Parts: sequence; structure tokens; C-alpha cells
Amino acid sequence: MSGQPFMKIQNSAIQELDSVVVRFAGDSGDGMQLTGSQFSVVTALEGSDLSTFPDFPAEIRAPVGTTFGVSAFQINFGSVEISTAGDEPDVLVIMNPAALKVNIGNLRKGGLIILDEGSFNIKNLKKAGYEINPLDDDSLSQYDVKRIDITKMTVEAVKEFGLGNKDALRCKNMWTLGLLLWMFGRKRQTIIESLEQKFASKPELAEANIAALNAGHAFGETAEMSYALHRYHVNRYKEEAGTYRTVNGNQSLSWGILAGSQLAGLKLVLGSYPITPASPLLHTLSGLKEFGVVTFQAEDEIAAICAAIGASFAGGLGMTTSSGPGIALKTEALGLAISTELPLIVVDIQRAGPSTGLPTKTEQSDLYQAVWGRNGDAPLVVLSVSNSTDGFDVGIEAVRIATKYMTPVMILSDGYIANASEPWRIPDINDYEPFPVKFHKDPEGFHPFLRNTETLARVWAKPGTEGLMHRIGGIEKDYNSGHISYDAVNHQKMTDVRKAKIDNIANDFPLQKVSLGTEGGKLAVVGWGSTSGAIHQAVKRARNDGMDVSHIHLRHIWPLPRNLEELLKSYDKVIVAEMNAGQLNTLLRSQYLLDTTLLSKVTGQPFKIQEITDAIIENLGGIK
Amino acid sequence: MNKPVEITKLSPKDFETDQEVRWCPGCGDYAILKGVQMALANTGARPENTVFVSGIGCSSRFPYYISTYGFHTIHGRAPGFATGIKLTNPDLDVWLVTGDGDGLSIGGNHMLHVLRRNVDLQIMLFNNEIYGLTKGQYSPTSRPGLKTPSSPYGSVDAPLSPCVFALGAGARFVARGIDTSLKELPITLARAKEHKGASFVEIYQNCIVYNDNVFGEFTEKKTAQDTQIHLKDGERMIFGKDIKKGLRFNQDKFALEVVILGENGITEDDILIHDEKNRHMAFMLCEIEAPEYPAVCGVIYCNPSESYDHSVTAQIEKVKETKKADFNALLRSGRTWIVD
Repeated sequence: MSGQPFMKIQNSAIQELDSVVVRFAGDSGDGMQLTGSQFSVVTALEGSDLSTFPDFPAEIRAPVGTTFGVSAFQINFGSVEISTAGDEPDVLVIMNPAALKVNIGNLRKGGLIILDEGSFNIKNLKKAGYEINPLDDDSLSQYDVKRIDITKMTVEAVKEFGLGNKDALRCKNMWTLGLLLWMFGRKRQTIIESLEQKFASKPELAEANIAALNAGHAFGETAEMSYALHRYHVNRYKEEAGTYRTVNGNQSLSWGILAGSQLAGLKLVLGSYPITPASPLLHTLSGLKEFGVVTFQAEDEIAAICAAIGASFAGGLGMTTSSGPGIALKTEALGLAISTELPLIVVDIQRAGPSTGLPTKTEQSDLYQAVWGRNGDAPLVVLSVSNSTDGFDVGIEAVRIATKYMTPVMILSDGYIANASEPWRIPDINDYEPFPVKFHKDPEGFHPFLRNTETLARVWAKPGTEGLMHRIGGIEKDYNSGHISYDAVNHQKMTDVRKAKIDNIANDFPLQKVSLGTEGGKLAVVGWGSTSGAIHQAVKRARNDGMDVSHIHLRHIWPLPRNLEELLKSYDKVIVAEMNAGQLNTLLRSQYLLDTTLLSKVTGQPFKIQEITDAIIENLGGIK
Repeated sequence: MNKPVEITKLSPKDFETDQEVRWCPGCGDYAILKGVQMALANTGARPENTVFVSGIGCSSRFPYYISTYGFHTIHGRAPGFATGIKLTNPDLDVWLVTGDGDGLSIGGNHMLHVLRRNVDLQIMLFNNEIYGLTKGQYSPTSRPGLKTPSSPYGSVDAPLSPCVFALGAGARFVARGIDTSLKELPITLARAKEHKGASFVEIYQNCIVYNDNVFGEFTEKKTAQDTQIHLKDGERMIFGKDIKKGLRFNQDKFALEVVILGENGITEDDILIHDEKNRHMAFMLCEIEAPEYPAVCGVIYCNPSESYDHSVTAQIEKVKETKKADFNALLRSGRTWIVD
């Protein structure tokens, strides 16, 4: 929330808000993700800027009513620029005691709680670990609590459809959504249509859900006075003209890489193995066969990348997707792709580690693995995705670099932006310059490691081409013939050229810009990946408060932008903010001998704006 | 108008490279290399359309010595690479070279899956029952009791039969050959190439340095006729120098047995007729071992079904017929709104 506080108001007038953060929380079976995403769609269609944060457990169906089974969906929307899902909810929608227990700590003081009183029974309270019903003591006294028996009212509303108790209770989320739509003056039609579509084969469920939605909405109208409910209004956000949609990080990245393969004129071949939170890329691309995309769900992570490398050897664009533990398994094969200098797109949707870690929680702790995590001197290109929409352009750039320089490119995204949605001004594919791959055809003087003197890329000769038969592999190649070579001097030369090729790509990258603020000054906050929104907001507020601080956000992690050293050295102090124990921090210190300050967070949750603001104030000596 | 291209028939020599072959002198791999080059020439293979893919190990150096396209990859993972190549360009003729360690130990998982998926490849597994390139440790096909640097008191590992494994994994083509049987091996390999789908060929290969003569009891030239049987589809399983031995199905034991024609009233009618499509028979033929039985060679099982790469390609083509590839439309699918 970047505007005024969300306050208790005494009259029944509609209150204007610049932005508001709503968090839906309930049991895994309460349909909170669906509720949140439906609310987001309506919010987007009505012109707010928004950012979402689905926050759900790793268990598919955790025991009902437990704290570890709580699933939440947070949305921040407004008439102003929104770039994070919000630090603290203003409105907390609570479907059971466990959801209250898990989420109450984060609610803004004075914030609004809408809770299903009907779920606060002895059984559920016990499961959530409450000895005393929090509705009966004063533990919620600093909040504006609306106790509504949503359970009972939902059952009433759907009675006429003759559903079993279980199916009837499943409509609770739509009742709640109906009430929220009333509160924010949003239309119901889009949701009614999507319910009709979703339950096309079970019309009684569609009707019951719609009835619940309408009942929740009607409740707002009629109970306004008795429950002291208020309505709020959030204006449209003035965005650039164009056609918009919402998109999450995994979608935009899938489409970006496919777009890249189309611009390169290559068949996209994805080898993948299911893993949270990267599987949606496999799901998305396996549904796009009309573009000739080949998807191969391999027997494991290793076979997946091997198939992708095989695809590139055969003249396609090989791609593999995974998360940290899977990337670790792919490491040896990645070394082969580097050694044989084949283009390859490797997507790492990072999650909290090490090992299995917290599969559904976010982190940025694979930077070391991406930049340095292989045997031998094995450089490759590492790009990062900064928000839910950025994946499209990053995907295209990754393909362009991979094919132009004959190198694997690793794309680092993370679990937060993978699942979070934002409005996206849809680009026109025709606005992108194609970069068609030219396969080598000429047998004259051919060997597989002939290099372009400028890019240092080797030629790409694909099987099926007459006269260019060649053998390549992981054994060191002779610089002048491509044959296997155990020669000492040659190994030095090949190691040097592989490094020089990657280093040189910095000249292809744009110069690093200051995302917000000035070149030079007292303080810069450097970030990469999904922290972009939180840092941006914190720096924006600090600058509004007169602080000399700038935001530098990196897309290019390796090689680093060629002006970055000079740029960073133009500030008195540099904070590196990242969701790991200091990986980019180490990288920058080692590259530039620069005394940076680390702001680290590894809780599985994204940065709050306030956390960055605090660090800014502290590093400016506590003076604004 | 295009001129008709004259395709000259290539000889085995045309499939040799200028690379110095670096296997140990006397290694069985030399003979296999020759056998493969003969098979390629005999079947009219085109070097530019042929790819040899290998993993790591002595056998996996193979691609460097064949003048086609070649990819020497990483330990055990050749099936993944080969699958990717075939999915990208199904017109390529892809051969996979592996060994008992590469293909059944570190790469056992991939071997299982490439066979069950039935990717259209020729898979040659050189079985020498030892790790050669790492200097002589026991492998998953080594016999119990084998003393090696990593089993100085004798191996206590139970060995695996490559052909039984392949059949169990769902292979639709299983064959076996012997490195030095250059009469038969090229024919078996030609059959493998002709078969659409994963063709699994186990080749007994002698490691002269670390496991010499491990197959000696049936590869000895002088006694080979009595210790080997070469299967032919539709023909009786008769073998031996005097063409008197045969394989019979013993119903009481539910097993194969070696019988002698003319002894105990055995006639030709008692001898089994080889049926390449009979999977149960194939299992029995893969399980029998020397010295009690002859070494079974030739095509043991061949029962084609649609290959994986073909199914994948066909599915894509089918979708293309009904859905237009319109990228801008894809980006605008679902809910959109316009800001003026």
C-alpha cells in the first residue's frame, strides 16, 4: 500500500483508496488460490494495477484444519503503480482458525478481518492450536473484526440445489468472494461466466457456486448497517494504451523462449522432468504443438537436459527447465554443452534450498550454482527475470545470445514471480527483429570448431548436411581441427577461448542503467530477479522523503554489464539486497574488490518494502 | 529440373575416419568396428544421415572411428542425447554405442526408458563383463567371485543379463552377437537398422587386458558349432557340428533343454521352431547360459510397434492440422482488456 492507511471509517460513504492489500487465507481445501485468482482477474479487468502472491503449502492435501495446511493468496491493487504484492495486508479474509493463527501476525494494525465465525468450532480451534477462542478474548482488539457465519449462510444459499454437505461447504469461497466484490464495487459477470465454464458438465455445481457468489454480494448490501461493513473504491490505474492481460512469470517465460525460437527459425525441443515450481513451463509448452514445439517428459532431470543437448546437436533449440535440485543433477551434462559449445536454454525457477528445502517457497540461492557450479572452468551466460512479465523479453534475449554465441544460457527466475500475476501490455511479435540461425553448409576447410573471429562462436553444422560429418564430445578438442586432443598448450588455449567468448558477450549486453535515481550519490541498492518491485518501491519512497539513494537492478548476471564496476564505484555505499545469504554480494565483491553491504533474507518469503527502507535509512546513517 | 543424383555405393572403408584407433591391441572392439562398417556399407547407409552417439567407457570411443556424425557424451546418458536427436530430426539414422557399465550401471535407468519408449535407435551394448577404461573393476554383468581391484576377495554382486533386462523393459527387438563373428554380426546389425523402434543388440566383447577369454567356453573357433546356436525365424533350433543338437521345451520343468536328435527317440519334430514374435520364448532364450546351453546368437525377438519419435511427430502434425500457429493470438488468449 503506497497511499494513505486503510482506516476504520465511521460513516457509510464509499472510501477512496489509492491501493489496498487483500489476503485470502484458509485451508488447502477452501479454494483460496481460485478465489484469489478470480478476484485478480476482475480487478485487472476493471483497470487496477496489481501484483499477486500465491502462498501455499507443499502438501497437496494437508490434514484439514491444521496450520501447515493453510493456503493463502495475497493481492495488492491500486490506482497507483503497484510493483509488489504488498508488505502487510489491509484486509485479511479468514476461512478457519488455522488461517488466522498463521496470518494474523502480518496484518496491518487497525486492519480489517473478515472471518468465517462458523468455522471457529472447538475441533478447528484445537487443530489450530488455540486453547482459547481468539474471538472470545481481546487478542484481536487492535483490528476491525467482522464475524460472519459464512459456513451457515453458504449452506443456506445453496440448499435448493440438493448438494451434499461437502459440496455445499465448497461454495464458501464463492460466498466470500461475492462479499469482497461488493466491498470493492466490482462486477460479478466475469466470475459467473468462468464458473459456468468450469462446471459445464455439472450444472448444479455451477448454479450453487453462482448462488453463493450472489448471496455473499447480497449480504453486503443488506448487512451493511448491522455489521458496519463499508465499501471502498479504487480508481483505474493510468497505464500506457494497449491490450492487456494478466500473466505470471512461468507463462511469460515459456512464451518468451518460444518466441525466441520462432525468431531464430528453430524447432523448440524441451526436455523436462516435473518439479515445483518449474512444472508449469512444461505444461504450457506441451500444449503448444501447433508451433511445432516438441516436449519430452524424461525419466529424470539428467535425461531431460541430455535430450535438450541432443536436440541442439541435431539443429534444434534445446531447452530444459527445472528448479535448484534438478539443476544440480543436470550439472555434468551442462559441462558437456559448454565443452561442445552448443546453444541451450536452461531455466532454473529457484526455490528455497538446500536439498529439497522449502519446495513452494521462494529464494534466490542458485546464483552460485548458475555462475560457478560446475567441474572445470565452465563459463556460461546467466540472465535473470525481474518480474512476472519480464520473462518474455528475457526468454527472447536468452535464445538470441545462445544461438549467436553457441553457448548454454541459464535463466534464473524464482518461485515468487513464477506464480505471481501482473497486468501485461501484450506485445506484438512482429515488433521483434528476427535473428535467423545460419547453419554452416560449406565443406571447404570445415571443422566443427571453426570460429567466428568476432563472436568466437563455433560453426553450427547439423547432422543431415552432406560433407560436414564430424564427431564431438566432452574430451578436449584441438583448436585447429576439432579432433580430440590431450595437448597441454591446446587445453590452455581452449580454456582461454571459452572464457573469452563468454566475457565478450558483455559487449553485446546493454549498458547497466540506473533503474531509479541518479548515477553516483550516497547510496545504491543493487538487486537482481524478483526483488525488483520491493526495492523499487522502497527507493521511490526514500527519494520522495529526500534521501539520496538509487536503485540498480541487474538482468545480466554473467557476464556482468561492462559498465557496472564504474557505476557501482560512483556511490559512497552499495547495498546488495537478495534472498540468499549473499551470493550476488560475493560475486560483486570478488569481481570489483568493492566493499558492499549485504541485505539478506532467507525466510522463503519475498522482501517487504519496509525491510529495504529500514536498510536504506540505516546505511544513510539513520538520517533521512 | 533437378539432375538425378547418382548415389555411389559406399564400401566399409568409406566409413573409416582418419583418427588413430586407440583401443588396446587385440581388443574385441576392433572386430565390432569392422562389423558395423560392413553393416553400414551393406545397408546403403549415408554418412551424412547417420549419427553415432555414445556415453563413456572403452566402447564409447566408437564414434571417433566412424566417418558419420558422432556425439561422444557423458557416462550412461547416451539414450537421452539420442532421444533428443531423434525427436528433433526423425529422418536421421541414430546408433547408440554403450557398454555393460555405461548402459546397465550408471545408465541403467535411461536404458530402461529408451527401450520402453521404443525410440527408433540401434543400441549396441558391448558386454565384456568388466570396467575397462577405469582399469578393471567388476561390472553389473561380472560373474560372482570375480577378483578385481575393487573386489580382491571376489565379487559378491549378483550379475544382470542384458538381454533379459531389455526384454523386461519392453524392448521390441533383442538380438545378440559375438565380436569376432564377422559373418553373422553385420547381418544382425542390418536387421537392427531395418527395425523401426529401439533395437537392442548385446555383443559379447572380449577385453584382452582385464577379463581375457571370459567368453572362451563358447567363442573358441574349434568348438563354436557345438557351443553356439544361431537363430533363424521360422526354423528349428538345431545346432552342433553334426547338426544333431537341438533345443526342446521340457513341459515338466517348464524350461528349455538341449537334446540330441536320434537319442531317446528325439526327432526333428521335438525341436522348437524359432518365432521372433514370441516374447515368452525370447525370455527363455535370453536366460539360458553356457556351458549347460549354447550361447544364443542372432535375432531373439523382433515384434515391431510404433516408435516413440514417430508417435511424437504424428501427434504434433495432427494438432497442426486443427490449430493455426498464431503467436499474437496465443498472447491474446484468455481474458484481455484494452486501455485507451
